[in-house]
Amino acid sequence: MAWVNAIIQGILTGGLYALFACGLSLMFGVMKVVNLAHGDLAVIGAYVALGVITVTHIPALWSFVIVVPLMAVLGYVLQRTLIQAALDRGVLITLLVTFGLSVVIESGLLQFINADSHSLGVGESIVTGSFSIGSQIQIPYLLLLIFAVAVVVLLGLQYFLSLSSYGRMIRAVADDQEAAQLSGIDYRHVFGIAAAIAFGTVALAGIAYGMYSQFSPTTGTDTILLFAFAAVVIGGLGSLWGTLLGGIVLGVAQQIGAQINQADQVLAGYLVFLLVLAVRPQGLTARRAQS
Amino acid sequence: MSVATDTPARSEENFRVTRSRRNVAWTGAGALIVVVVLALFPYIVYSGTTSLMVQAFIVITLASMWNLLAGYAGLVSVGQQAFVGLGAYFVLLLAQHSLSPFGGLPLAAIGCGVAAVPMWWLISRLRSGYFAIATWVLATAIMLFIERFPSIGGGTGMSLPGLSGYDPTLLIAYTYWIGLAVTVLSLVTVYVMLRGRIGLVLTAIRDDEVAARSSGARVGLARMLVYVVAAVGCGAAGALLAISQLIVQPGAVFTVQWTAIMAFAVIIGGLGTIEGPIIGAIVYIILQRTLQSYDAWYLIVLGLVAIGVALFARRGLWGLIDDHLNIRLFPVGYWLWTPESSSRPGPGRRGPGRSGIRARRGGRHS
Amino acid sequence: MSERTDNGGTPLLEVRDLIVHHGQLRALDRVSLRVFPGEVYAIIGANGAGKSTLLRTIAGLHQPTDGAILYDGKDMTKVRPERRATRGIVMVPEGRRLFGSLTVEENLKVGAAYARKGPWTIERVYELFAWMKDRRTQRTAQLSGGEQQSVAIGRALVANPRVLLLDELSLGLAPVIVQRIYAMLPQILSTGLTVLLVEQDVSQALRVASHIQCLLEGHTTLEGRPSEVTAEQVEAAYFGLSRAAAEGSEPLWHGSTPSSRAS
Repeated sequence: MAWVNAIIQGILTGGLYALFACGLSLMFGVMKVVNLAHGDLAVIGAYVALGVITVTHIPALWSFVIVVPLMAVLGYVLQRTLIQAALDRGVLITLLVTFGLSVVIESGLLQFINADSHSLGVGESIVTGSFSIGSQIQIPYLLLLIFAVAVVVLLGLQYFLSLSSYGRMIRAVADDQEAAQLSGIDYRHVFGIAAAIAFGTVALAGIAYGMYSQFSPTTGTDTILLFAFAAVVIGGLGSLWGTLLGGIVLGVAQQIGAQINQADQVLAGYLVFLLVLAVRPQGLTARRAQS
Repeated sequence: MSVATDTPARSEENFRVTRSRRNVAWTGAGALIVVVVLALFPYIVYSGTTSLMVQAFIVITLASMWNLLAGYAGLVSVGQQAFVGLGAYFVLLLAQHSLSPFGGLPLAAIGCGVAAVPMWWLISRLRSGYFAIATWVLATAIMLFIERFPSIGGGTGMSLPGLSGYDPTLLIAYTYWIGLAVTVLSLVTVYVMLRGRIGLVLTAIRDDEVAARSSGARVGLARMLVYVVAAVGCGAAGALLAISQLIVQPGAVFTVQWTAIMAFAVIIGGLGTIEGPIIGAIVYIILQRTLQSYDAWYLIVLGLVAIGVALFARRGLWGLIDDHLNIRLFPVGYWLWTPESSSRPGPGRRGPGRSGIRARRGGRHS
Repeated sequence: MSERTDNGGTPLLEVRDLIVHHGQLRALDRVSLRVFPGEVYAIIGANGAGKSTLLRTIAGLHQPTDGAILYDGKDMTKVRPERRATRGIVMVPEGRRLFGSLTVEENLKVGAAYARKGPWTIERVYELFAWMKDRRTQRTAQLSGGEQQSVAIGRALVANPRVLLLDELSLGLAPVIVQRIYAMLPQILSTGLTVLLVEQDVSQALRVASHIQCLLEGHTTLEGRPSEVTAEQVEAAYFGLSRAAAEGSEPLWHGSTPSSRAS
């Protein structure tokens, strides 16, 4: 029974990981940028939320109302300035710049805040506690909420991309940047919009993680970036729902690993990642192997 | 067919292709002198300086390996710390089985090369950005795996046995000489590789991968070779690290900070040149020394400078020097002398009236 | 030489002494042209002559090293490509370049996103290409070459351009399909458009154009009306068989000559 509990926990954690990953996927899908600072930006979101909560005393659950738009704006600005400048200079420079950004953010957080862990907590909201099924299965409300949020975000993204005119433009630019220009589209602005969306989801992910667990300056890379990436690879590059599947597989693998040996939780997840990489590198949802 | 662009016939003797503008034998002699002088250091300077030099050797080796990967093969790895750690732990393991760490170093380096092969197989199919994160995941997974074994220190680390019998000053001297050997060997290996066929294949891949493949270049093999060589170099540096610190801790040897240091040193010094990593390493050491008392500041400054250089001075410090003085100490490119230029000796300038046409072989985006 | 400047109008599109480089290669060497409203101006030449480079530079995808591009008398040389499109210079690029993951209708909608006001709507494009409306929810990657070309033209039309740039329409298409597509040209022109096209198929170009210009290795070797040039002159200009064409950038034939008019 403890196993069933573990698997359910793993599935729900997959929602959190999918939330981590969708921003990374989006930026890669649209602009071919792998943002190595992705996880650190989530952590910034969490710290900003912490600051907002401390100052305004709003419940942790509502901090996203302020933080998400803030981070979205930051995303647009960062994309139009730093990242676009790097993109103009090539793939290598882009990777180096985002890596540099990651290091600067982490070191900056370490320097100006401290290395301690913080948690956003959930306050006295409805999501404290869990509900039980039988005697052995306990499902935390918070985790359920996060999973629901992840599904809503993915659904929202999917509808936005397929139905709205901005979504159509984003897909067009992702398909063929030059042809989009010939149709009167300023692709740099579209990139900015995509980055804003990505940063918004990343902020949400950071807040979610901050409520669920503890975060510190290094959480961005140790946990968020690497888990996001593992989820994307396992699920299949280029598929939003594949990312959810990948997150679930990763979460379940970790929980099973924890059942065997508590200390092996994270390693178990990575072993499954390596397995997928070895056996089916295109991911679980992709139809055929990519060369 | 077309008369429009017909040019007067040129005989082949009028064109010359050389490796550099000036005679490179002078550089070779100069380098030898530098090495000899460096070898005498332990007799001349205080052991504090010798220790510092060992640090410099580690960074120079790491930087030249990262440069080989990113600047020449176009492989951005943010997981080289995997080999730094593996190198350190191999030395630890061997020392626990009574092999002196000094003897263990070359074995550790080779061990890292061997480990690199299955690692390459796992991640080589990923595209550049995802390849980068995958190297990071691999490094983290390896660290987590090693931490499971209390016999090599578990999560907290373990001191390195086998060196307690040495006199401290002598130990530092031996470490220094091994470090010097590792660094010189690394630089020479990179230089020889790039001047040889590998270098040609790498340039072809960089310019047009599809064309390179179809003309028979063994693209995958070349890249794998580079990855393995870089693993060996980083492993040697990791082993050197273990020897110089006398303790091996997973958090310290597997930290991504090593990649940050390598990458930033290379970018600031000059990506895609052999001289660049050396300069970058020196800059790093200076920065680290000056800002040492300010905790994480040196990484912040290093990172910001690296971003700035990557965006605005892509060829780094050495690129700036090169532009103004037109020298290459370790040339891996070619110079083409056309008939017009042979009669006009002396330094050429950039732009249309330039005499020698230089095809620079190093560096992806120079 | 004559009637085009006689009416005193300014050219809708003008290129003056354009020099364009691809790296160190000089792709266009002081090329000039003038397109007047309502014309079908065809640029012909062999592979590598610089035709597509010229069109791409006019569209803004390539920056010239020297020279100027004027639109309606105003200098457009530094204007970004997306701005040129919204001002009325719209290109149908070489190789169609449709948005592969989008449907036919979505491609048209993207084309119409920043459209100018004008007679062309998505519905009108459906009228022009009768088959398109029924297939409008299909992904463009599943269409045939000719169908893709039609969608690409439609995508450009819904933006309501004043100057339509057509880059190598015939590329990769069967001659029958090509003719069918070019047969649409009169309907397109009737709405007040001007067309500047690049074509490797010389006879096709001569059939539809009101003016032609031939490029060879980056410079102009022939310019004039199809009715005023002989097949031999075109051939000579195309392949550069004459020394006179090779040595200068002056066109070989300009406008009409008494001898050819007799034939």
